[in-house]
Amino acid sequence: MWQIALVIGIYLPIVIVAGHYLYHVTMQQKTWIDPVMNRIDHVIYNVCGIKQGNMTGKQYLLALILSNAIMVFIGYIILRIQSALFLNPNDVGNMEATLSFNTIISFMTNTNLQHYSGESGLTYLGQMLVITFMMFTSAATGYAACMAFCRRLVANTDTLGNFFVDFVRVTTRVLIPISFIVALFLVSQGSPQTFHANETIQTIEGNMQDIALGPVASLESIKHVGTNGGGFNGANSSTPFENPTVITNIVEMLSMMLLPGASVVTFGLMVVNRRKKALFGKQGFVIFAAMSILFLIGLTTCYLAERAGNPIIDELGITQDLGSMEGKEMRFGVPQSALFTVVTTAFTTGTVNNMHDTLTPIGGIVPLFNMMLNVVFGGKGVGLMNMMMYVMLTIFIACLMIGRSPQFLGKKIEEKEMKLIALCILIHPAIILGFSALAASTVAGVQGITNPGSHGLSQVLYEYASSSANNGSGFEGLSDNSTFWNVTTGLAMFFGRYLSIIIQLAIASLLAKKVWHSESVGTLKTDNAMFTFLLVSIVLMIGALTFLPALALGPITEHLQIRS
Amino acid sequence: MKGFFQYTKQAMLVTCTMFVLCGLIYPFAVTAVAKMVFNKQANGSLIEVDGQIVGSEKIGQRFNAPEYLWGRVSAVNYNTYTKEDIVADVNGKTAYSGVSSGSFNYAPSNPELLTRIETDIESFLKANPDVKREQIPADLLTASGSGLDPHISVEAARIQMNRISQASGIPLDKVDAIVKANTEDRVFGVFGEDNVNVLGTNLAIYEIMNEK
Repeated sequence: MWQIALVIGIYLPIVIVAGHYLYHVTMQQKTWIDPVMNRIDHVIYNVCGIKQGNMTGKQYLLALILSNAIMVFIGYIILRIQSALFLNPNDVGNMEATLSFNTIISFMTNTNLQHYSGESGLTYLGQMLVITFMMFTSAATGYAACMAFCRRLVANTDTLGNFFVDFVRVTTRVLIPISFIVALFLVSQGSPQTFHANETIQTIEGNMQDIALGPVASLESIKHVGTNGGGFNGANSSTPFENPTVITNIVEMLSMMLLPGASVVTFGLMVVNRRKKALFGKQGFVIFAAMSILFLIGLTTCYLAERAGNPIIDELGITQDLGSMEGKEMRFGVPQSALFTVVTTAFTTGTVNNMHDTLTPIGGIVPLFNMMLNVVFGGKGVGLMNMMMYVMLTIFIACLMIGRSPQFLGKKIEEKEMKLIALCILIHPAIILGFSALAASTVAGVQGITNPGSHGLSQVLYEYASSSANNGSGFEGLSDNSTFWNVTTGLAMFFGRYLSIIIQLAIASLLAKKVWHSESVGTLKTDNAMFTFLLVSIVLMIGALTFLPALALGPITEHLQIRS
Repeated sequence: MKGFFQYTKQAMLVTCTMFVLCGLIYPFAVTAVAKMVFNKQANGSLIEVDGQIVGSEKIGQRFNAPEYLWGRVSAVNYNTYTKEDIVADVNGKTAYSGVSSGSFNYAPSNPELLTRIETDIESFLKANPDVKREQIPADLLTASGSGLDPHISVEAARIQMNRISQASGIPLDKVDAIVKANTEDRVFGVFGEDNVNVLGTNLAIYEIMNEK
């Protein structure tokens, strides 16, 4: 227990510092790193012909989608011809078409769902030029979208910010420096960073063993910092080379928690900006607190369930003092594994340090429900945007109950916005439940299921929840490298990402153009404990209303089975 | 329309710049610094005995002989194989299909999990006749997430010490000392679990046996 509390204790101060730094980067204010970075950025602006002019919401979206489309196109080609390119010491072949489609969508949308296994599916060049590259650019894209959204909430004009500038600044000033430091730390702990081919060695028993090497650490750091989650090896951060010690486990968790949390702090600072200097900003703190409450509920549930172990193993008469260890690593144990599981799904990273398929049913509900809600901090930037949808919905519902006109940060929330907000909130469950129903009713879908009984449905639900939430972890037993699974999860990831971003930026643009009303006595306060409570209740209520039936058929049934 | 072309051009150029910056310069720079400062770790923390590489400090290995400490169950057999395992059978399939990682991914309710553990309990009890069923800690008979877990719990090592001592001829107190020397305590007394490094222990046993 103590180790979990300590990690969270370390997290809080650094997230505030990071939030302030991020605020300075986003609002183009002075930072100590400027003298070096300004030069680098200007070289990039010159090379790329970036004019740095302000964009309208529509232009911003267009730039975002165009650049993502081009990256997808080039990345796809590289995957298809990787075996012919250089840096392929292990003779890996080209990637098959539907698998390449799935992989490229997966990495561009910051999902990092992997239907391939890194050791045998990608060359070192593919790992760098496609995977590592996209880990940076997808994170930067999500973050740029979020900042465009937040800026519009506090502005009086829709013409502000430049996508390319935001994109470059967050990459060079935030992602690359942090990733570089984390990568070196990972190497010091035992992550390999080499271009040598895999080693085949002779063991002292006279057998042979293959040891998979590669440029692991450089991918591993951005994988967490950018809340990406796609591992270098098949078993992701549970493999000793990706996550060698318990200290790297903590560093990896903190890296993925850092920027999503910092985004909330940044937003809080934007809101208070004009009035005074603040540590956190009241509005930001309310949202941070709501996310933290949801996070802690999940964490406690998951930890206790895993600690209790699997009753079926108890019946066999062996000792289960350490908790449920199937699919977990000895160097982490149950507490570090449970914490990692909750962090990776709350912050929608998708990296795993234990196999989620083997979690106890209640332990497995937590990651599943985190992704279904998709607002508990969430991925880089986009989690905050999703939460803002719920914030506005809460304001709307609360104002209906007390008979006030709904208003957020001085802007009236009206019919048009509400329609878009409702649409945006409904897309996510529609994708998850719609595709799950399709998979459960077709032969091609059912063929992927590998565990019998209700757990099979959990596998399906998890896969689509993970895709739509752009998380990327999996109930990895699912044999998902088939045309059906590659295509449907590819579509789920695509819609889950871009439809949400488009609708959310549209809402922000609508609000940005509105007249600002000063607060009166009658305005619903959105920065107090009461509002935090309302927000948490609304999120849980909507989540439960949408997903409880599906959860009852999956993990809850399984729980009752093994406990009976 | 003018905006569209302008953005396309900028997007193309940004993509190319980022390919070079994030896809090439960044990983090469990390590699260069890592090899300079942490050369051993960057190359995979490989262990040499008499000039031969025998494994990596970080990666577990499969051990079958009674004189060695046995590790956790692995779905990929620790990528350890014999010469026969790579010879194709009549269907062109090999017992070892190349380097990988992962777990069996059995759900807690999966009957195959039950069967696997029950089989393993029986064979473990047969090989360690002085151990009682309820003494076996679950970590020893559950599969690790990666299939490459280099550690077992301290209790899982202790119940194997009698067997190791008998099979290797090393006195029990010396085996105990070796296991203790290869035990890694919780970091700072809080983080993780106490555990025993299997390969490290077995290398120490190997050296003593070869001295004789």
